Amino acid sequence: MTLSGIRIPMMTSLIFWMLVWEIVGRMDIIFLIPPMTSVIAAGVGLVQTGSWQAATLITLRSFVLGMALAIAIGVPLGVAMGRIKVVDNIFGLWVNMFVSAPLSALVPILMILFGLGETTVFVTVFLFAVWIIVLDARAGVMQVPPSLIEMGRSYGASRFTIFTKIILLSALPEILAGIRIGLIRGVKGVVIGQILVSVIGYGELFELYSRSFDMERFWALTIILFAAAMLLSAAVEHFEKRIEYYAGAR
Amino acid sequence: MANPIPLRTADDATSDAIVEVREICKRYGDIEALRGINLDFERGKLTTLLGPSGCGKTTLLKIIAGLVPATSGQIRINGRVVTGPGPERAFVFQDFALMPWATVLRNVAFGLELKGVSQAERHRIARHYINEVGLSGFEEKYPHELSGGMRQRVGIARAFSVNADVLLLDEPFSAVDEQNRRKFQEDLLRLVDKERKTFLFVTHSIEEAVYVSDRIVLLSPRPGRVSQIIEPAIDRSAAPDVIRRDKGYLDVVEEIWQGLRQYAE
Repeated sequence: MTLSGIRIPMMTSLIFWMLVWEIVGRMDIIFLIPPMTSVIAAGVGLVQTGSWQAATLITLRSFVLGMALAIAIGVPLGVAMGRIKVVDNIFGLWVNMFVSAPLSALVPILMILFGLGETTVFVTVFLFAVWIIVLDARAGVMQVPPSLIEMGRSYGASRFTIFTKIILLSALPEILAGIRIGLIRGVKGVVIGQILVSVIGYGELFELYSRSFDMERFWALTIILFAAAMLLSAAVEHFEKRIEYYAGAR
Repeated sequence: MANPIPLRTADDATSDAIVEVREICKRYGDIEALRGINLDFERGKLTTLLGPSGCGKTTLLKIIAGLVPATSGQIRINGRVVTGPGPERAFVFQDFALMPWATVLRNVAFGLELKGVSQAERHRIARHYINEVGLSGFEEKYPHELSGGMRQRVGIARAFSVNADVLLLDEPFSAVDEQNRRKFQEDLLRLVDKERKTFLFVTHSIEEAVYVSDRIVLLSPRPGRVSQIIEPAIDRSAAPDVIRRDKGYLDVVEEIWQGLRQYAE
C-alpha cells in the first residue's frame, strides 16, 4: 500500500485502529471499551492463569477431535459421492442442506443428546466442519480431467491405480481447500458450542468475564481467539499454496 | 488434375497390416457416429485420419486405442482381436493429459511406472526420449512451467517411452501455435523416420495431413464413413521449405480441399 508516494507497511492500519481504540478507551466513554494497553496487559496476565490454560486445553481437545473426525469422514464420503452415483444420490441432498443450515440452532438439541460437556462441543465442531469438506472433496474428484483417466487406462493402469495415482492426487487441491474452510468453520463451531454450553472451556470464561464486567479479559480472550483462527487459516493456506504450485495451471 | 493421385481402398491391403479395422460401427444413442469402417494400417507407415468436425475421426482412433467400445465390428492388432487398451498401442492426447503434480521426468516415465519398471531403468529410458523430443534440461520442470508445444513433446516422449508398436495421435498439435506447429511436424517426421513405428494420426488440418502422411484416409461426416484414401507421393528427403512449395504437395492439398469443401459452411 502506498499513500502519496510513501510506502506504508501492512501493519499500519492495525496500529492506527489500535491507537483509536486506546484513545477512545482512555476517554472513558463506555465501560465496554477499556484502553487497548490494559486489554493487552490483561491478556498477558490471562495466559498465565491456570483457568485459561485449562480452558485452552479443553478447547483444543474438542477442536482437534472434531476436526479429525470431520476430515476422516468428510474426505472419503466426498470422494465416494464424486465417484459413485448411488452414494451421491443418497447423501447429496443432506450434505447440501446442512452446508448452508444455521447449525447453531442444532446445538441445544445436541446438548440434550450429549449433555452439557465436551461431547456436545466436539460434535458441534464436527457438524460445523464436515459438510464443506464433503462438498469440496466431491467437487475435486468430479473435476478430474477425463483425458487423465483415459491416459491411465491407455497405459495399462488398473482401476485401483487410476484411483490412487490419478484421481486422488488430481483432487488434492480441492480437498485441501475444503479442509481449510472446514478448519475455519470448526473454530466457529468450538466457540459457539462452548458459549452455548457455557460451563466449559472458553465458553465458561466468556460467561464469567461478561457477567463480572471484566472487559479487559473479555477482549483479551476474543483477540487471542481471532489471532488463533487467523494463524490456523494462514498455516493451511501456506500448505495449500505449495500443493497448488504443483497443480499449477489446471 | 495434372498429377494423377494413386487411389487405393482397404480391399487391396497388403498382408503387412498391423492394425485392421473391420466393419466398425459406433452409435451414441440415436446418433450414428461411424458406419461400417474397414481399414488396414500398414506397419511402419504414418496414416492420417482427416475429415471435418463430426466425422468421427477421434472416435475411430479411440476405438482403435480401446478407450471407447465399438457398437459392432472388430479391431485386430498384429492379427489379434483387441477389446481394450494394450501395451502394443500408445496414445497421445489432444489436451496432453499430463499430470500437473508430476515433473516432466515422472510424466514421461509414467507409462513405464505403470508397467512396474524399476525407477532407475524407467528414468534412463525417459531421459533418452526427453532428449529425443528436444526437452533436455526440462526434466525437473512441472507441466505448467512449459508452453503448449513443450507439453505435447512431453506427451509424445511418454508415448515413445513405452516402446509400443503403434502410436495413436489425437490432434496432437491443435493446441500448439502455428510456428511451433510447423517445427513440430518436422520433428515428428524425423522421429517417424528414426523410430520405425506405425503412426495413426488424427487432424483436421489438410496441410498438416499432406505434409506428414504416407497415407490419408478421408472421412465424411454424419455418419462417419471412409470417403477416399489418398497416398501423397511426396519426396520427404527434401528440405521442409521445398516440400511446402512442391507442386505435388500443393496438388494433393487442393484435391483434398475439393473433396471436403462440400462439408464446409
